[in-house]
Amino acid sequence: MATAVDAPAAPTPPRRNRSRLTLRNTFIGWTFILPNFIGFAVLTLVPVIALFYIAFTSWNAFGQANWIGLENFSRLLTDGTFHTALFNTGYYAALHIPLTLAASLGLALLLNHKMRGIAFFRTVAFFPYITSIVAIAVVWNMLFSPDSGPINQFLMALGLDNPPGWTTSSTWAMPAVVLTSVWREMGYYMLLFLAGLQAIPRELYEAARVDGANAVQRFWNVTVPSLRPTTFFVTVILTIQSFKVLDLILVMTDGGPGTSTLVLAQYIYRKGFEENDFGYASAVAVVLFFICLGLTVVQFLLNKRKEV
Amino acid sequence: MATVTLDRPSATAPPQLRKDPRQGRKIVGRVLLYVAMIVAAAAIMLPFFWMVTSSLKTNNQVFSVPIQWLPDPVVWRNYIDIWARADMLTWVKNTLILSVGVTFLQVLTGSFAAYGFSKMRFPGRDVLFLTYVATIAVPWQAYMIPQFIMLSRVGLSNTLWSILALQTFSAFGVFLMKQYYESIPEELSEAARIDGLSEYSIWRRIVLPLSGPAVATLTLLTFVNTWNDYLGPLIYLRDRDLWTIQIGLKSFVSQYNAEYALIMTGSVISVLPIALIFMLGQRYFVQGIATAGLKG
Repeated sequence: MATAVDAPAAPTPPRRNRSRLTLRNTFIGWTFILPNFIGFAVLTLVPVIALFYIAFTSWNAFGQANWIGLENFSRLLTDGTFHTALFNTGYYAALHIPLTLAASLGLALLLNHKMRGIAFFRTVAFFPYITSIVAIAVVWNMLFSPDSGPINQFLMALGLDNPPGWTTSSTWAMPAVVLTSVWREMGYYMLLFLAGLQAIPRELYEAARVDGANAVQRFWNVTVPSLRPTTFFVTVILTIQSFKVLDLILVMTDGGPGTSTLVLAQYIYRKGFEENDFGYASAVAVVLFFICLGLTVVQFLLNKRKEV
Repeated sequence: MATVTLDRPSATAPPQLRKDPRQGRKIVGRVLLYVAMIVAAAAIMLPFFWMVTSSLKTNNQVFSVPIQWLPDPVVWRNYIDIWARADMLTWVKNTLILSVGVTFLQVLTGSFAAYGFSKMRFPGRDVLFLTYVATIAVPWQAYMIPQFIMLSRVGLSNTLWSILALQTFSAFGVFLMKQYYESIPEELSEAARIDGLSEYSIWRRIVLPLSGPAVATLTLLTFVNTWNDYLGPLIYLRDRDLWTIQIGLKSFVSQYNAEYALIMTGSVISVLPIALIFMLGQRYFVQGIATAGLKG
């Protein structure tokens, strides 16, 4: 009995020291994190949690938030504009993701050579990504101008009699927006692909060459499989980016003509900031939240299964 | 270190064989590559070229048929007129205040927090960090409404403070700095601890001075991001004298929608500082993106 109690007595002082050290470390560690964490918690974590409450209320800017349960969500089921926005967002993603993947991988393959001036070309390709959305949207809107814009002049010079109306046509507005965003973003994803390409061991290519594989075979049998982690990573980011697209559309088409380029994020913006229907806008935001979360999870699961 | 140098140093120089029959084919390949790159680069830069040349044209010349590639005469006046026609000075001033403020605060608090996450050991640290990383995947558009309500309640909407609050505490900054700090050998901090330096001094005198590239990357990315932000100011800054260059430019476009040349002039001015910063720091941009990979 006594021994059982006494036994731990001996190592107690160091343990107390250690726990005091842990305590001290915890305290100091928190002081480092706190200045950022307070801001992060108040401005990101709390709003994310609050979103799920507001989505169940009816709330305009001034009155009280009234709990209305699932009403907002059942309203979504019959809201035609919401369905359009949902469809358009999917349409945007369906065009934007594969085009950007192809363009950025193509650029990366082209610029993955060790030669004079290569840094300049990479810099050029990356530059559109860091210029302002407004300037880009304005310039491309002019380039896409239906009557005498440079793009249609070019198309007519090629012999096209009836070039598209681009941002003034409900059929062509979305492709115009997608082309602009692919042009803007491909440099960024190109850099990610470049980093991935340069992590591929050269020996793999040499071995393939010895086995008599030509350039096309080397691309499919060495480059593509080795790039899989990068491609996965790029696709995940690209998907989230596609589903939250807003500013480019806001400036280029403002969702129009009609509702032909209205996307989910813009519907949130409209309902919330233009119509002060915070509760309903939050319900749409919850949908956006779960789409992004769901797609990320699905992609992670698919990636895991392929790895096995 | 996770830094990916975007060009592995060639371990061995290719042996110079004279009269190698492959040499000729190699040169042709090189030339074709250069041609392809020049064509791609020209295609990518064409909208910028059009923007700059149009900013020096008259309104009629911007949309002339056939396209007039070079301005004739060169209308330098656009660059003088725009300051009188638009509130450019206010917009640039506000944007500069925000960009510098956000960048300073973000680098400061981000690197401070990164030290806690990478160099200190305490219970709950990794869970905490995970919440940071997890929120990177949550689109801002999903929680911008609750955030707006909160900031309005405390009276920050329609002040420059709102944008400072919005942009400063990004999970991305913490993430990027932490990645870099982990590459700094633990022995350095250990030695400093034995010498009796406090953790704060270790951060300030050892870790921070060693993290130049990471600080440069985060500084550039944050500055550019804040400079180019459109949605934040659109939602929060209602008064005209609070507008940033993006909001100002957009309103200028709607107000003077037939003044094509002037609109292009404004666009050029809004891009110019970014182009300058980009040229100064493109090495860090390229490396920083390759290292951290995430943004937004």
